[in-house]
Amino acid sequence: MTDTARLRTRAETEAARLPPLLAEAEHLAGTVLLGEHGRRRAGLGDDFWQYRPVQPGDSLRMIDWRRSARSDTQFIRQREWQVAQSVMLWVDRSASMDFTSLKDTTTKGDRARSLALAVAILLIRGGERVGLTGTALPPRRGEGQILRLTDMLLGPSGEDFGTPEARALLPHARALFVSDFLGDFDAVEAALFKAADRGIRGVLLQVLDPAEEEFPFHGRAVFESMGASLSHETRKASDLRDRYIDRLTERRARLKALAATTGWQFTSHNTAQSAQSALLWLYRALERRS
Amino acid sequence: MIGALSIGFTTSWLLYALLALPALWVLLRAIPPAPVVRRFPGVALLIGLRDDDTVSDRTPWWLLLLRALAVAALIVGLAGPVLNPAQTDTARKDHLLVLLDGGWGAAANWRAQMAMLDARLDEAHRAGREVALVQLTAPEPPQFQPASTWQTLLAGLSPTPWQPTPETLADLANALPEVDFDTLWMSDGLTNLERNALLTALDAKGQVEIVEGSRAALALAPTEVSDGILTLKARRATTALAREITVEAHGTDPSGAARILATVPLSFAPGDASATTDVSLPAELRARISRFEIAGQRSAAAVSLSDDSLRRREVALIAGRDSREGLELLSPLHFLRQALAPNADILEGALSDVLPANPDVIVLADVATLSDGETADLSDWIAEGGILLRFAGPRLAAASASHTSEDPLLPVRLRAGGRSVGGAMSWGEPKALAPFPPESPFHGLPVPDEVRIEAQVMAQPDPNLASRVIAELSDGTPLVTRKHLGEGQVVLFHVTANAEWSGLPLSGLFVRMLDRLAILSATTLSQDDRLAGTTWQPVRVLDGFGRLQNDATLSGVSGEDLATAALGPTLRPGLYRSGARLVARNVITADTELRPAEWPAGTAISSYKATPERPLAGLFLAGALALLMLDIIASLAVSGRLHGARVAASALIVLTFPLSDARADDARAIADTREVVLAHVLTGVPRIDDTAHAGLLGLSETLFFRTSVEPTEPAAINLEADEIALYPLLYWPITPEQPIPSDEAYAKLNAYLRAGGMILFDTRDADVARFGAASPNGRKLQRLAAPLDIPPLEPVPSDHVLTRSFYLLQDFPGRFASRDVWVEAAPADAEKIEGMPFRNLNDGVSPVVIGGNDWAAAWAMDRRGNALYPVGRGRTGERQRELAYRFGVNLVMHVLTGNYKSDQVHVPALLDRLGQ
Repeated sequence: MTDTARLRTRAETEAARLPPLLAEAEHLAGTVLLGEHGRRRAGLGDDFWQYRPVQPGDSLRMIDWRRSARSDTQFIRQREWQVAQSVMLWVDRSASMDFTSLKDTTTKGDRARSLALAVAILLIRGGERVGLTGTALPPRRGEGQILRLTDMLLGPSGEDFGTPEARALLPHARALFVSDFLGDFDAVEAALFKAADRGIRGVLLQVLDPAEEEFPFHGRAVFESMGASLSHETRKASDLRDRYIDRLTERRARLKALAATTGWQFTSHNTAQSAQSALLWLYRALERRS
Repeated sequence: MIGALSIGFTTSWLLYALLALPALWVLLRAIPPAPVVRRFPGVALLIGLRDDDTVSDRTPWWLLLLRALAVAALIVGLAGPVLNPAQTDTARKDHLLVLLDGGWGAAANWRAQMAMLDARLDEAHRAGREVALVQLTAPEPPQFQPASTWQTLLAGLSPTPWQPTPETLADLANALPEVDFDTLWMSDGLTNLERNALLTALDAKGQVEIVEGSRAALALAPTEVSDGILTLKARRATTALAREITVEAHGTDPSGAARILATVPLSFAPGDASATTDVSLPAELRARISRFEIAGQRSAAAVSLSDDSLRRREVALIAGRDSREGLELLSPLHFLRQALAPNADILEGALSDVLPANPDVIVLADVATLSDGETADLSDWIAEGGILLRFAGPRLAAASASHTSEDPLLPVRLRAGGRSVGGAMSWGEPKALAPFPPESPFHGLPVPDEVRIEAQVMAQPDPNLASRVIAELSDGTPLVTRKHLGEGQVVLFHVTANAEWSGLPLSGLFVRMLDRLAILSATTLSQDDRLAGTTWQPVRVLDGFGRLQNDATLSGVSGEDLATAALGPTLRPGLYRSGARLVARNVITADTELRPAEWPAGTAISSYKATPERPLAGLFLAGALALLMLDIIASLAVSGRLHGARVAASALIVLTFPLSDARADDARAIADTREVVLAHVLTGVPRIDDTAHAGLLGLSETLFFRTSVEPTEPAAINLEADEIALYPLLYWPITPEQPIPSDEAYAKLNAYLRAGGMILFDTRDADVARFGAASPNGRKLQRLAAPLDIPPLEPVPSDHVLTRSFYLLQDFPGRFASRDVWVEAAPADAEKIEGMPFRNLNDGVSPVVIGGNDWAAAWAMDRRGNALYPVGRGRTGERQRELAYRFGVNLVMHVLTGNYKSDQVHVPALLDRLGQ
């Protein structure tokens, strides 16, 4: 009885968070105009792309006579190539993403979820198929998928630090990994190599809290990870600052190198910065063809 | 007791706790400050990092030292350190008797006495001696109690305003306790008959230590008055050296505030026990003196209260008819004058003349009718405390006004005609006086037999009559009636003031009746006959220090006792009242002499101790507390939790801001008075304010280049906050939005205008409204200027000094070229002298110049000298701007030089330039 009641309460709580997350992501997605969407190259599609002079090998049926009548040469009317892509998302739901030092209590997880969902909304509206890595939610199109994604993004994973899920990746799809990447680097490396083997290109988005970037601590302190699986005691925290920042820079450099090796793109986002600029960057990065 | 350092400890065994300090040191050193637990995902990157130094895991040495010091201070503080502990000899008894003389003679040394007594009680407390304390002026049988009990009672001890009597000392000598004891006698150094007997008795019980103060007792005898000269007499006990003292006369000034009205120096010659000086003060001032005091002496004997004796009452005498030439004895006022002259100042004249002098008493002798105005004035005067004394006579008896209704200025209604008894045409004997009833103010005066009343006016029977009669004849008819009116009273003698109707004015009783009615000047204690049969109620009494206090618990004193009885708990020195009379009983009478105490040869007399003990426990404990506070901050700093420090620092910075503001104000005032500075009023509209500033800057530049006036940067004036008296000219652009200044600001502006400042009002609307209410700026100007002190105005006449104070001008354009500019109107009688082109106009500077030409915009220039606003078109426009500058120059010249150019001296040169 109690369990049912508690489950119900928890479900209500989670459900209560769902509309705000969706609304936030919709709001964020609304800031990006879809006008530039498209494959930006000639191909099969409905929209006009360009007129091109006739080249040897073009069949006569392809000539646009109306355009050609206005000049001496013949032109072919090309349409923009529109093909649906599959985009796989992985959003870190581990405990470490629940950290915040900001006054408005925006956690890294909040920011990661709203960014990922906003990208998903944009992509789905652009006609792409979006799903999660792993087997839980394969890529689909349609507005219903947005709700399913929202649902899936909200549950906690129970880990202390997140490891990317690289199973069941569709070959030649695109992927977006959002995490703080503070956990095991080898797991990230393995996942990325596995993805690269399948010809998947994508984006690594590292979301960090300002406190993680600046390490504003002093004095004697015991640092514990969010799940309390790791702890470190120091007598003078301010002495550790430089070395911590060095390590963080090094971690970023390795991630960047890893991304370069596998043909991915990497950026780091700070929760104190605006979500919108990160979204724009993400959208552009996913759109780019290698 | 550790005597070498002259620091003692009350509980010295506690100092052994200091031995525990090294252990504490080790203990504290081993325990580092506790860490803070922080949740932080970045910990993954921290794993494996090592701290550079390993020192900070121990408490830093300075923090240890701080804590060790705090604990040491705490231990020492609790051990009760005492600086300069009293040294005691070993041969002493377990009991100590403290004798205080405790009279007014001890008041001067009281503080030293109490300090020493406190120290001695401390010492007795440490030594465990039992103490008995006896104040000889309020004696109780000696009771030995622990010293700490007495210490709690010390604050309640105060000197009494009387001295111990020889009987008290004798009683004490007979009632000493059985046990042996030492004695500490704090003497006041004044003589007492039984001192030596008591000393002998005390000597038999144990050691006697006698302490006397160094400050010799001084006393001030009652002031004597004769012919307006005050004689001040001071006495002293020790006579060896010359001494200068100052006597202060205290009283209230006309506003009722207590202050020192006069100071008189007095000097004792060597060997003299008394000093005398005469003072002559104006009667007004003399009447205000309430007491004389020897400056710097806190003693009841150094105060001489003055009652009404310094004051002579003013009595106005008004008779109903002019006395006939040569018939002095028949004059209605003759006997009154005789009775009053020794004791009061007499005013004579018409009622309307004497009322403004506000006399104490007005006597109307047989005046029957007064005009309505006089009645009203008299009623007001009585209501404020005046005494109206009326005498009957043929006219009053004949007057009919008061027969039917009660005259406000008569105590009773009178029957027409009066009555005559015992005359040639009547039956009966002349009537004698009945004894005075107890409620009468005359109660107690002896009634002489020879006084006979032959005629009187009769009162109508009335419900109030019985309560208003204060003296009656033997047949029960009223002789004197009285009623109260406000603060004052109306008294009617039903006989004449001369001997026509009765023998009363011839008798001594008449004078004493007047005295009882407070019509004569004040009673003094030496006049036994005037005190007999009276009861006096204390109004304010003196305490031992010579302070006046109210004491409602004291009971009344009979007149004889007041004059002669010795002072004591029941008869305190002070002011006593009986009816309307006030007398002072002083500590010192005219013949009191002060004599120093004579101790038997060989008695050791010490003085009050110079270095009192100082307990240091409080200091040490406070120091320990301060160290512990420091420790809190230091511990926070060491463990990295001192976040509040930044908040506190910023709060401190915020707190220090107002200081720098005030300094900035001063600096600005100094800078602005060093040079000529033009000023404009801030309107709150940024565009207008900027234009005004740029305009004045342009005008200042122009003045700098063309004239010897060299102004600096213009000032922006906030009327509410800034001082405007520093600026010769205020430019005030009018905007509809600007707030109306507060009353204080208007007061400032009016003071500014009266002191020669000038305000240039600019409505900036080309004066389209002609100062009507048609334009919003015009309406605003009317509202702004309404509370200002502005004289009548007129458009600038062609011969106004503004037209020629530097340039010769006839127009005063700004950005607009409206003709009308208004200045203070010329006086109506200003006329043109034959042959002169100008009238001799106003003296001084017009306080306001009002126009609407938007001068600031025409003057405005930026820092490089470029004009900011266009004026007119082309060359005409430039000409107009030039004229605007010239107007500005003329205006500033007019402000700075006034009517200098009106002076006829300049006329020939001006005429020459005008081409005439």
